[in-house]
Amino acid sequence: MTTITLPTEETAMEQPSRLVLAWRYLRRNKGLAVGFFILLLLTLFTLIGLLVINPKHAYPLSAALKQPPSWKYPMGTDFFGRNLLAAMVVGMWQTALIGLLAGGIGTFIGVVLGFTSAYFGGKIDSTIRIICQILTPIPVLLIQVVIAGSLDKRDVTIFTMALIVVLLAWMGPTLVIRAQVLTMKERQFVAVAKLSGMSDFGIIFKEILPNLLPFIAAAFVGQVFAAVFASFYLAVLGLGPLREPLLGNIIWAAQSQGAFFNGWWWWPLEPAFAMILILGSLALINMGLDELANPRVRKTE
Amino acid sequence: MNSMTSGTRAGSRNATSAFDAGGATPVLRVSGLEVTYYTDLGRAKALDDVSFALSAGEKLGMVGESGSGKSTMALAMMRMIKPPGRIEGGSVFIDDTDLMAMTEDEMRQARLSKIAYIPQGAMNSLNPVTRIGAQMVDAIKSHSARQSRSAIEDRCVHALRSVDLDPSVFRMYAHELSGGMKQRVCIAIGILLEPKVIIADEPTSALDVVTQRQVMETIDRVQDQINAAVILIGHDMGLMAQFVDKVAVMYAGRLVEVSAVRDMFTAPNHPYSKALISSLPNLDNKGVFQGIPGLAPSLLRLPSGCAFHPRCEFAMERCSVERPEPQNLEEGRLVTCHLFDEEASQ
Amino acid sequence: MNLKIIVKRLFFLVLVIWAASTIVFFVPRLSSRNAIRERFGELSRTGGFSPADLEKLIASMQQQFGLDKPLLEQYVQYLNQIIHLDFGYSLYKYPSTVTELIAQALPWTIGLLLVTTVLSFIIGTLLGAVSAWPRAPQWMRTFATPFILLTGVPPVIMAILLVFFVGFRLKWLPLGSAYSVGVVPNWSWGFFFDLMSHQILPALSLILGSVGGWVLSMRGMGITIQGEDYVNFAEHKGLTGGRIFRDYYLRNAMLPQVTGLALALGTVVTSAIIVEGLFGLPGIGSLLNLAIRSNDFPTIYGVVLFITIAVAVLMTALEFIYPLLDPRIREN
Repeated sequence: MTTITLPTEETAMEQPSRLVLAWRYLRRNKGLAVGFFILLLLTLFTLIGLLVINPKHAYPLSAALKQPPSWKYPMGTDFFGRNLLAAMVVGMWQTALIGLLAGGIGTFIGVVLGFTSAYFGGKIDSTIRIICQILTPIPVLLIQVVIAGSLDKRDVTIFTMALIVVLLAWMGPTLVIRAQVLTMKERQFVAVAKLSGMSDFGIIFKEILPNLLPFIAAAFVGQVFAAVFASFYLAVLGLGPLREPLLGNIIWAAQSQGAFFNGWWWWPLEPAFAMILILGSLALINMGLDELANPRVRKTE
Repeated sequence: MNSMTSGTRAGSRNATSAFDAGGATPVLRVSGLEVTYYTDLGRAKALDDVSFALSAGEKLGMVGESGSGKSTMALAMMRMIKPPGRIEGGSVFIDDTDLMAMTEDEMRQARLSKIAYIPQGAMNSLNPVTRIGAQMVDAIKSHSARQSRSAIEDRCVHALRSVDLDPSVFRMYAHELSGGMKQRVCIAIGILLEPKVIIADEPTSALDVVTQRQVMETIDRVQDQINAAVILIGHDMGLMAQFVDKVAVMYAGRLVEVSAVRDMFTAPNHPYSKALISSLPNLDNKGVFQGIPGLAPSLLRLPSGCAFHPRCEFAMERCSVERPEPQNLEEGRLVTCHLFDEEASQ
Repeated sequence: MNLKIIVKRLFFLVLVIWAASTIVFFVPRLSSRNAIRERFGELSRTGGFSPADLEKLIASMQQQFGLDKPLLEQYVQYLNQIIHLDFGYSLYKYPSTVTELIAQALPWTIGLLLVTTVLSFIIGTLLGAVSAWPRAPQWMRTFATPFILLTGVPPVIMAILLVFFVGFRLKWLPLGSAYSVGVVPNWSWGFFFDLMSHQILPALSLILGSVGGWVLSMRGMGITIQGEDYVNFAEHKGLTGGRIFRDYYLRNAMLPQVTGLALALGTVVTSAIIVEGLFGLPGIGSLLNLAIRSNDFPTIYGVVLFITIAVAVLMTALEFIYPLLDPRIREN
């Protein structure tokens, strides 16, 4: 019998570095690159803006009324005497706050419930699952309209906004995480950990959670998008914290004052474009991450 | 889209002539086929100067480790290499027509009618949302539109019968069939237009042992019916040995040996073939699968000279420097190895 | 599909409606706001009630709305009303009932919603399918892919852009109401065109604003499907590109898209009514807008609940259609 004993000597060829590979990938996945770039610009605008402008100018009666964009007011002022540049900076900051807050809380609830449901199974699981399934078909935005509408106007702040948005937005992440934990429970490494006497919490935090991170990250980006979207709609309907220069509020106010009919075109258009940039960059990133996670996509490029 | 070379490499011509010497004019002549994948990490030559020929009624088994280029060869012959892969050159003659020189639409017509591909059908090769019948009818219709509905249906039912399936399968959906039945449906589709060449890509993987035999026997029988040349791709040497006439061994995108099945198993020429054969479980080593030491090389960074030299126990100095060319030995055998350089030159 | 599944689905539908009704019943009652007091408080400031009259009026209205009874009794009575699609009286347009107001507004909304949803779904699905299809001509793919960027422009923002650029700047299309001011509705072609020209911008906002989402989800699905074995085998069979696209690729990639339509109905309807409100079209959207502005709580709750029920019913209907498209679901 022939035995071949020559060991293979892997010729150490130069592998391009990770950074180079990432750069090459981004060059092909232009959506992801553009998304990150826009988000970076928006972040810079907001952060530099917060350092440079006086946040008080984002509120009524801090500037001349109804001024079109000029050197003094680069983005103009509105009917109520807000400096719209300041309003944009603060509004962007508040939008980010609502998005991150609601996205974070929603994802957190989803992870906790999804874990509990899938890991312990039984009655807990069926209860959580059925509640999710019943709540999912209800148009969330409309229920948010009911909740926001029932609140006393003085109680509506950036934080209550985030809470209202999150109240009915945890079902998606819960179901996603639940499904992932269920498949992971079947995998070998969890069985091994169980046999070796690891506690439930040990298994959850040391074995399953690290493997879930990509899904949690994806759920988070999705939640932020949904939260920004929902809070924007509520504000456009006039259900937001009316005093705050939230982007949706500015549009609502402009609409109420007939801004276009009166020729104050910059007033509603600026927050509209800002919103396009925010939602667009989030959508591009979401899509790019999808392509990154799904290797089949790369074939088509 | 592909730059076509006319296949005048010395090695290619030798290989072809070796089979011509066998007597019957071959129905399939592949020469100098080359495929390259352009990836982020660099160029990978997935198929390098592959040449062989096959006569009607002959059955060739194509073996090699995964990534050796077996499936790439099948796809290249069907002209179904997708970007980032490209067919860089070579020709695939069926009778007197070169598939590589055809227009896109001529090639589409040639698929299934001249050269058919039978996929690993147990898994997912049938459309889940339309009936089996519809998937057979559309295959015929897209090649010859002017046929009556009933004539087409008769033909489909006939094909189903010849792979031992009940005509009622015509009205069924893929999810209602077992793995073996789905594989048979794929074979039935493959023979619908009685092609000259059939390529079966791992037709038995994912099937149980009994079904594997049945499927192989079915392929055997339908081949006799339509007298096609068949290329069987697979890694189960044992199953292959019982059904094929010739065995071709691929390594790192090249054909390293082609021999009649008996020669291959009793006296393999190439060191890699030897290693493959001796790794088969048999009575001596009590069914222990031994595998071959070392790793299959990455196509992105092939060893210099002969790609097999780092794993080869007979490796000589020139093996790491000079690339061996395919050469013909007696009895129509072909080998790509420096060990045979002297014999060939005599 | 067997009877058991149908019964199960219908039972689920009832559960969804019950859950939504319960939320809409209890949320306002947890709040400290008193709708009737706010409404009549407003009126008294403008209309000159005496405070005593106001209290009497509020008390009588409370009674009329059943707010003086125990909570549980109110709840049972409320659920009973919902079953009969009775959402009570509007505060702003008292003594009209909310159901009457919805009935007046509904045809406008259904027309707009149906046309825009069907069009954007079909256009988006086809564009998405083409953009992910490697065998499609390059110019088609280059044309289809940029539509994905529209995901960043939801219908409401699209409406603002169109109103400004097409309506105000170019003055191509009329704005602001269902038909031109001073025109009396009648059955003439002139009125019909006037009516339609007022519908173009809202419809365009909704179509352009939602088409990107369909392109995106279809593209994602298409990318998965185009790599499936059966699509490859179809090409091996020598089928023409068109047939592979239609019967093998599109038909399979469509399935999740239909589920997506069911799941998106809530957002689709919500977007439509907000856009309607922005354009001042007479529909559910304007009804809701007015109700929010005038603190007409029964109308807000009624509209929300009505739409929730409609969406849930539509979703169930789509679920019954799904097995017709996918034979794998038909059996179990």
